[in-house]
Amino acid sequence: MQGIAQDIPLEHFVVVSSILFSIGVYGVLARRNAVLILMSMELMLNAVSINMVAFAVYTAPSLFVGIIFAIFVITIAAAEVGLALAIVLRVFRNRGTANVDEVDTLRW
Amino acid sequence: MTQIFFDIMAATAIVGGLGVVLVRNTVYAALFLILSLMGVAGFYVLLSVEFLALVQVLIYGGAVTVLLLFALMLTRTRDMFEGATDGPQKPIAAVVGLALLAAFITMIYKTQWPRDVNELTTVPFNDIGTALFNRWAVPFEIASGVLLVALVGAVVIAMQEEGEP
Repeated sequence: MQGIAQDIPLEHFVVVSSILFSIGVYGVLARRNAVLILMSMELMLNAVSINMVAFAVYTAPSLFVGIIFAIFVITIAAAEVGLALAIVLRVFRNRGTANVDEVDTLRW
Repeated sequence: MTQIFFDIMAATAIVGGLGVVLVRNTVYAALFLILSLMGVAGFYVLLSVEFLALVQVLIYGGAVTVLLLFALMLTRTRDMFEGATDGPQKPIAAVVGLALLAAFITMIYKTQWPRDVNELTTVPFNDIGTALFNRWAVPFEIASGVLLVALVGAVVIAMQEEGEP
């Protein structure tokens, strides 16, 4: 199959991934709802995955290291979302809110 | 041609990401997340890693987003739909995000990137499977253990205890 290497330089993928990562950082810092914070975290994880796959495909295509890492990132993200949503549900049941700034019992 | 496809996918991913962090309605935010994840899947197709694109669509677009929507509906309150989804720290968050982006872009601009890249070829499914089950077998097993523990833990945490409303 025809490849793409000469068409798009590697740094374009890195630029898009850094933009997505910055958007995710903004979302994590600005949002109040815990589920929205989780969504922003998914954006950041995806940005990292793009980076790893792009570097793997461009620099060492025969080793698959970055691709395997991306698979593991997706696996861990799925586990993390399941667990975090259980915690959010539990917090909501106990406190009646899913906003992280209203769950401040441990605040000094 | 490839450049156009790349631009479309980049625009999809970034517009979706902006939608996730900017819209007020939380359900729309989840739908924008699907858009962004499909853009990322397009990148994987462009990088000729079809397996990851499939996994991305199935697991992220299918499972994770549906799970997030479930959580949104189970924890819905009135103020989720009328403003107040952002805290008062929003300007600081915007400054931090933009500063991070500026740092990234500066670094990328100053780096010497390799120019003598190979022609990309499609990564075959068979080779990924072989690599996953030979060289990466131990991390694979650990990941399955992590998934099992996370599932059981999620059930235990979310379970209704006696005497709870």
